[in-house]
Amino acid sequence: MKKLAILPVLLFGFCDVRSQDVPMIQIDQLSYWKNNTSDTVYVLNFWATWCGPCVAELPEFEKLNKNYKDKNVQVVLISTDFKRNLETDVKSFVLKHSLQSRVVFLNEPRANDYINLVHPDWSGSLPATLIVANNKSYQRFFEQKLSYEELEAAVKAAL
Amino acid sequence: MIHFLASIAMTAALALNGPGHGYHVGDKAEDFKLKNVDGKMVSLSDIPKAKGYIVVFTCNTCPYAKAYEQRIIDLHNKYASKGYSVVAINPNDKDVKPDDSYENMQILAKEKKYPFVYLYDETQDVAKRFGATRTPHVYLLDADKTVRYIGAIDDNSEDAAAVQAKYVENAIDAMSAGKTIATPETKAIGCSIKWKKTN
Repeated sequence: MKKLAILPVLLFGFCDVRSQDVPMIQIDQLSYWKNNTSDTVYVLNFWATWCGPCVAELPEFEKLNKNYKDKNVQVVLISTDFKRNLETDVKSFVLKHSLQSRVVFLNEPRANDYINLVHPDWSGSLPATLIVANNKSYQRFFEQKLSYEELEAAVKAAL
Repeated sequence: MIHFLASIAMTAALALNGPGHGYHVGDKAEDFKLKNVDGKMVSLSDIPKAKGYIVVFTCNTCPYAKAYEQRIIDLHNKYASKGYSVVAINPNDKDVKPDDSYENMQILAKEKKYPFVYLYDETQDVAKRFGATRTPHVYLLDADKTVRYIGAIDDNSEDAAAVQAKYVENAIDAMSAGKTIATPETKAIGCSIKWKKTN
């Protein structure tokens, strides 16, 4: 009985080593990123595996994540794919491209509930990126594909 | 002075592409003339006995547009006889997204037996004037072509069976009963409109 109880722990641990897990988040996590008082700069990128311009700009976020790892910058790639495609599309994409930035899945089927909360200027079109530094009341929102230079300039302004 | 005016005009022209521009609820929409999949040019004023128009910016390829194909057909079938026809418009540039070409629109309309017009906004002028940013993106107009609702078809793109609020249906029902539309604007995730490359 004792052994059986340990089994899921072992399995979970094993999966974790193989690849980055893609945890599900909900609106409360979006609110946390927008409203906590830390001095962390959050770079929140809303994307989907089917979105051409999103996939095209991912390397810029990966580069930013690498270059600013030690500078209190957190890059979070927030997948808005359909939930039925989480295993087949999202997790396999993360694995295939060995994404190093944190990837999460937004488990909220009703987009109207969170789009304005992320930013009033967001129409719902992808890709969209919000950069926040709450201790500085800094917010910059983009509803467009970004270059590394644009991204880095916004992050530098937030630091 | 001329420079100043020119720069204002340019800023205005650029701003048309961004979110938050274009028509708002309460604005009167200008009619347009676009080519339907059957080769004929179509305007809103060509639709007889219209009490309103369900203008849907959509396309052939976007997974969200795909998820709504049947729901858009159902909307038309439910409301066209009551005076509210779907007017579907594809605004995507075929050079950026080849599968959204006019020829592919014709194939899709035939395959899905679209009961509504499916128009090609080749210059993207109509999408810019409306302020559409994504597919699908709905503008509900009344008989006078005044915009009465902007947004999503319903509140669940992925799963039609799990829909709790049918935004467009609720808006049409309120409008035709002479009541206030409770939710005149909503937002949804969608594919960005594929604008022409300017350079």
